[in-house]
Amino acid sequence: MTAMNKARLHFWWQSWQGALALLLSLAALATLPLLADAPEPYNPITMFSVFLLTIAAAVCALLPLPGMLVAITLFVCTHLSAAMLIAGLAGNEGKATGALYMLVAADWLLAWRCVSLLSSVRTRSKSLDGLLRLIIPAIFGAWILILWEVATRGAGIPFILLPPPSSIAARIATSLPILWADVQQTIFKAVLAGYILGSGAGFLTAILADRFTFLRRGLMPIGNLMSALPIIGVAPIMVMWFGFDWQSKAAVVTVMTFFPMLVNTVAGLSAAGTMERDLMRSYAADYRQTLLKLRLPAAMPFIFNALKINSTLALIGAIVAEFFGTPIVGMGFRISTEIGRMNVDMVWAEIAVAALAGSVFYGVVALGERATTFWHPSNRGG
Amino acid sequence: MSHEKLFPHRILPVATIMLIIVAIWYVAAILMNAPFQRDMDQRGNVVTGEMEFIARTLAQPKPILPAPHQVAQNLFDNTVMRSVTSNRSLIYHGWVTLSSTMVGFAFGTLLGILIAVGIVHVKALERSLMPWIIASQMVPILAVAPMVIVVLGAIGITGLLPKAVISTYLSFFPVAVGMVKGLRSPELIQLDLMRTYNASTAQTFWKLRVPASIPFLFTSMKVAVAASLVGAIVGELPTGAVAGIGSKLLAGAYYSQTIDIWAALIAGSVLAAVLVAIVGIVAGLVNRAMGGRPA
Repeated sequence: MTAMNKARLHFWWQSWQGALALLLSLAALATLPLLADAPEPYNPITMFSVFLLTIAAAVCALLPLPGMLVAITLFVCTHLSAAMLIAGLAGNEGKATGALYMLVAADWLLAWRCVSLLSSVRTRSKSLDGLLRLIIPAIFGAWILILWEVATRGAGIPFILLPPPSSIAARIATSLPILWADVQQTIFKAVLAGYILGSGAGFLTAILADRFTFLRRGLMPIGNLMSALPIIGVAPIMVMWFGFDWQSKAAVVTVMTFFPMLVNTVAGLSAAGTMERDLMRSYAADYRQTLLKLRLPAAMPFIFNALKINSTLALIGAIVAEFFGTPIVGMGFRISTEIGRMNVDMVWAEIAVAALAGSVFYGVVALGERATTFWHPSNRGG
Repeated sequence: MSHEKLFPHRILPVATIMLIIVAIWYVAAILMNAPFQRDMDQRGNVVTGEMEFIARTLAQPKPILPAPHQVAQNLFDNTVMRSVTSNRSLIYHGWVTLSSTMVGFAFGTLLGILIAVGIVHVKALERSLMPWIIASQMVPILAVAPMVIVVLGAIGITGLLPKAVISTYLSFFPVAVGMVKGLRSPELIQLDLMRTYNASTAQTFWKLRVPASIPFLFTSMKVAVAASLVGAIVGELPTGAVAGIGSKLLAGAYYSQTIDIWAALIAGSVLAAVLVAIVGIVAGLVNRAMGGRPA
């Protein structure tokens, strides 16, 4: 095989998505219409621009142009045409034909090409790298939503099975007060109280266990075992003991977050090296000074690791505990009752809010970690 | 640490702490059940001595906190004494939970490995999918459980499969993240050696990356099997309490059968401990078969 041939092959392989997308959009053009006997089909201008955008993007992906230019063109064209296709689907549920799916598939392939182009960009600029770090997963997420929307609306999947993302978004917008009340009940009361209590108690117990070797030897195997157990099962007991309101959920969260904190803090307290300890001894530092000035700071990465694990556990604990009985507010309550009434979009709205809350919670902990353990190699950068 | 003796350094402390826990449990059981017992005695005009009163607090049929021996009695009755096919047998319920845990765990591990292989080999997949996998760890996935059960039930899929779906969902994340780390663990110098041998991508994968990832795989499988069990138990909550450890918990909560709840909880814990231990033993065997030395 000659070098020329190899180069050409390479070129085709690099943009097989472009070639396939071109074929798909031409096939779609040949098998029009996009919607079978729909009351309000696409108007000719939209149709024309959708095809124009997709075919132009596909051709652009095949031409030997600078990578960044191709990526930007693909990004704009595919998302514009996908947006136009989706806008026309509303009200025409279940009417989509093969041509429409082929067109969406072509757009998706081109977006994939765009992502792989962006992934191969090597940049020295920190801000551009940060931007890419955000954009690439964002495109991926957007396409999950787009394909989800097209599949549910296009094939007319029953609402109960899987509502399209647009109606979930509409539901979120119309029931903000309810969602906010649920967030207050579940997150601001149950999760936060339990999280602080559980992590704090775990931390203090770890300090005690560190001071008394016998306690540590006894507690650690139990603590390690407990972190593998389905602690969530204490939820019915806690509901019985502390009543239906948030106190019982906070208790479940406390029990769930205690052990990860204990195990991680004890591990962290032995993280300081022998050299540093010897230095502290040569300063004649007593136990308290060594603990506060050397061993606790050295344990911070471990403690934050536990805080991160706990932020997820706390949300799960509070929501699942609400399945066992609540006053008429709370995220777990809402999920279990709305699913009973087959209001699936409300359940999805609640899940989206829970996901958002979980990410924010985690993000706050991660920011705290950045601020506290800036000295640690994994955070120094460079 | 290497000169640790088994009895004074391991068994004695753990046994002591366990004894303390049991003692605290008894005291708490007496204190928490006492008000109700006092109430009952007053109504029934029963006058009892101090010791008999304590004995009665520890023998209530529906105590606020059952005493350890009550739970042990219940566990013994519902495992050894009852036939395995009985609806009240904990072995039967444990088996129901275990089967969906295992199916979910198997699928989850497989899925996690496949995703990890894809992420390691396709650059675009890594940069687009990996942030979502990490982000999904922060999302309370368990909240989806009732919906999965009800929605799959609505289209006629019931029984083991919906629970297994939740277990799969919970167990594939740790495996995917651990395997990505494991497949990436070979150092540059080792990869360079493979390159000097003119090894293909497939050869590098099978002869270097896979063996290097095995310890990571088993570590994350331990996490995954525990998560998978939690998924199966939570998955049993909204099915209307048919069978399984989760349904035992829910039924106990409905009818205030506290002893049943505690027994189910212990049964679930034993199941989790056994599963994690089995994964640990398999990890040890595989490690030895691959020529690893005890660390």
